[in-house]
Amino acid sequence: MHELSIAYSLVEIASQAADSMGIRRVDVVHLRLGALSGVVQDALLFAYEIAAKGTVLEGSRLAIQELPVVVHCSRCQADRTLPGIQHFRCPVCGEPTGQIVQGRELEIVSLEYTDPVPEPAPCRSPNGSTGKPPR
Amino acid sequence: MGENTRPRLLEIRQGVLSKNDRLAQELRARFAAARVFVVNLVSSPGSGKTTLLERTLSQLRARGHAVAALVGDLATENDARRLARSGAPIRQIVTDGICHLEAAMVAAHLEGWDLAALDFLFVENVGNLVCPASYDLGESMRVVLLSVTEGEDKPLKYPTMFHAADLVLLTKMDLAQATEFDREEALAAIHAVNPGVPVVETAAKKGRLDAWLTLLEERAGVKRASPAAGG
Ligand SMILES: [Zn+2]
Repeated sequence: MHELSIAYSLVEIASQAADSMGIRRVDVVHLRLGALSGVVQDALLFAYEIAAKGTVLEGSRLAIQELPVVVHCSRCQADRTLPGIQHFRCPVCGEPTGQIVQGRELEIVSLEYTDPVPEPAPCRSPNGSTGKPPR
Repeated sequence: MGENTRPRLLEIRQGVLSKNDRLAQELRARFAAARVFVVNLVSSPGSGKTTLLERTLSQLRARGHAVAALVGDLATENDARRLARSGAPIRQIVTDGICHLEAAMVAAHLEGWDLAALDFLFVENVGNLVCPASYDLGESMRVVLLSVTEGEDKPLKYPTMFHAADLVLLTKMDLAQATEFDREEALAAIHAVNPGVPVVETAAKKGRLDAWLTLLEERAGVKRASPAAGG
């Protein structure tokens, strides 16, 4: 099972992005997962919880958008969605095709977070310590 | 002044494996500059991958080519030791339980090797048909093995891996009759998940590798030096 490796990569990218924006709590991580990504959704959800422990993502939800395979059919001159990943042929005319338009995605789309920081954002003094927000 | 608790969205739009993909692209550029043809070998355990690689290394050497191999292994050193008998430089990548090789592991094990002196570099991936599918290693060609003892419908059970193959090798063809292997059924399954992928038959134990070796030479753009050996 390589979903744990995948989950650690995912958490690394997402938590770095969150840290760089000063986000301290993430609620949802949105992921696009193609049917040809080689990743099993349930295994990834399980691994995600483990990988997120002790990071800004701990307790967040991994929202997975599953994407079916879309191929381009040269006979129909059209993109066609496949019902599965066992038969790479146009579902309309039957032409075999391996021209993948969609389905390999394994992409972090976005983070949802609730920003508890009062606005305007806290001042930072030149030495880097966080000051009180102005009243 | 109340706290602002509006949910907010931070766009990321980054591939989870972008780090590996980037490293793999760097490797690919390095391999191209050194003019070494790199083969990523993937299969289930027991498909005859190590035997195939051992004979491939020996015969390519006999045909005048400089070859080397990296061997990904979950446990023992046996595969690497066996392969060293071919006379080719072999390095083992111990994966510590990880079920696939990553580009960083390959890069780390190339140190000290003169890639420009090689014609072929083989990377024997960890034996399974699931996990290695997600990881680009910078290879020139990904080869998936299917032995006649595994069942003709295996490509339909592991479509992602067979779909990602640049070439499928049918191995242990010398056992085809004994195992009542249905060649047409296997080809249909392979081409269902990967239309048009070339399929080459081998019987490494009997030394029947010619079609495979010739294909490698063609793809790598190298000429067979000595007409001796093989058959
Ligand atoms: Zn069509």
